Amino acid sequence: MLEPLFLSLRLAAITTVLLLAIATPIAWWLSNARGRLKAPIQAIVALPIVLPPTVLGFYFLVFLSPNTPVGRLWVELTGSTLTFSFTGLVVASLIYSLPFAVQPLQSAFETLGRKEFEAARTLGASRLDAFTSVIVPLSLPGFVSSTVLAFAHTLGEFGVVLMVGGNIPGETRTVSIAIYDHVESLEYGAAHGLSMILLVAAFVILFAMFLFNNRRATA
Amino acid sequence: MNSGPMRLRYAFDRGRFSLDLDLELPGRGVTGVFGRSGAGKTSLLRCIAGLEAAADAYLEIDGDVLDDSKEHIDVGPHQRRIGAVFQEPRLFDHLTVAANLDYGARRSRAEPIVTFDEVVDLLGISRLLDRRPDGLSGGEAQRVAIGRALLSAPRLVLMDEPLSSLDLERREEILPFLETLHASLPVPMLYVSHQPDEVLRLADYLVVMDEGRVSQHGRLNELLVTGKATGLPEAVVLDGTAARNDGEFVLTEVSTSAGPMWVTSNYAPGTALRLIVRASDVSVTRSAPESSSIQNVLPATITGIRDRDESTALIALAANGSTLLARVTRRAVAELKLATGDGVFAQIKSAAVRKADTSS
Repeated sequence: MLEPLFLSLRLAAITTVLLLAIATPIAWWLSNARGRLKAPIQAIVALPIVLPPTVLGFYFLVFLSPNTPVGRLWVELTGSTLTFSFTGLVVASLIYSLPFAVQPLQSAFETLGRKEFEAARTLGASRLDAFTSVIVPLSLPGFVSSTVLAFAHTLGEFGVVLMVGGNIPGETRTVSIAIYDHVESLEYGAAHGLSMILLVAAFVILFAMFLFNNRRATA
Repeated sequence: MNSGPMRLRYAFDRGRFSLDLDLELPGRGVTGVFGRSGAGKTSLLRCIAGLEAAADAYLEIDGDVLDDSKEHIDVGPHQRRIGAVFQEPRLFDHLTVAANLDYGARRSRAEPIVTFDEVVDLLGISRLLDRRPDGLSGGEAQRVAIGRALLSAPRLVLMDEPLSSLDLERREEILPFLETLHASLPVPMLYVSHQPDEVLRLADYLVVMDEGRVSQHGRLNELLVTGKATGLPEAVVLDGTAARNDGEFVLTEVSTSAGPMWVTSNYAPGTALRLIVRASDVSVTRSAPESSSIQNVLPATITGIRDRDESTALIALAANGSTLLARVTRRAVAELKLATGDGVFAQIKSAAVRKADTSS
């Protein structure tokens, strides 16, 4: 019964780690960008917030199914399809949760500004060194928020998973799909069990995040 | 340390603001960059530090080319070995004061110009080492920032109005450290300021900027004597060392290039002192005064006289190797028949010869 839960946790963990790697440079660039590219990039990053998951899922099917060039290339390279697979879910989740990872980081970087970064540079630190030794520790609350929101948002994903993942046990049957199935088949007890776990877990995670960030803010 | 001159050329046009300058600056001592806010002083420093790019850029320090837009050379700020102190301290709040001081030192492979202990001692920050930057006063934080830049083994130190964010009292807390630094720093420094007293107290060479251009540059005293550097007082500076004390009357005799001068209060013999001699505190006599309350009388030759306004004139005097300025009435010039080439005596009130005078 708990298999969907572990699948969701695995999906959320993998997505979050990859997202931090992708979102950090995007957020860093956006926090200091002034050129013409800034607004369109911001709009693209924010799209998943406003679009129905079904729209994302639909285009995902259109562009990544095995009879498209990208989908075919993926099949040739890996032997499996992007649609209706766990890998496909990860890719979809990356796009779906991207704004939730980018925005807290971007606002943390914007609040901090470039002053400390420049100081570190004149003190002999390369860009990467200055970023990891000064910017990351000084923007820690932003990283915590990004991690938590990306993780929690991926955990709660439903529409996109339904569209591109289907309902394959152990592969794409995530906890939200499982709950839906249980309700559909009137297994309210099982639905309750999973729902309660998610509800409590989400609260604990968010509570811990706000507690940490509030402490940092007043320290 | 003897280093060759710095050559720099920066030009860019950003519509509302443009910068265009081409300078050769001394490879030692403090060069003051003086001008109103908006004159381009900060932009110049940011270009030199490598934090800002200019369409046309050239920078050479001690034979090393750090910027050359024609050759596509643009050394990264971390490889320039140019220490910077900004208007705000920009300390790293997640590190202790000691770790902040060490940040640049740990990343440097060059020969340090000062040791950790020397910096801590010079800046008086030994009791702050374990503290976090967010608990420091503005003056303390800026001292740590200065120490951090010095410890990164720079070959050039840039200071961009490091005292501008501090109130008058805090500025007075830091200026003496900068004066000591001026006397002991083995590498050149560019010091940006729009405060005339900071320039008088710290600079050896002066660049005056206006609207992104250099309007004047030269040795501080030369610019002071010609009066071309608008915004600076009518005064000259004399660098000297304390020779002996008069304990009874609490005076110190300072040997300067103009001759010995008595100043108020006692300084340990050997202390490097900069005297600021204001034109309004210098008068001129034809013969040596026999009984005068004025303590400092130096034989001098008039090298120039120019009218300040309808009633007063400014006399430039050569005393030994140095130039002094005296402000007198035009009537006195006429009555004493003063003319260029005349031998006279310059009288300087001892109380007017001050180390680090700020009461302008």
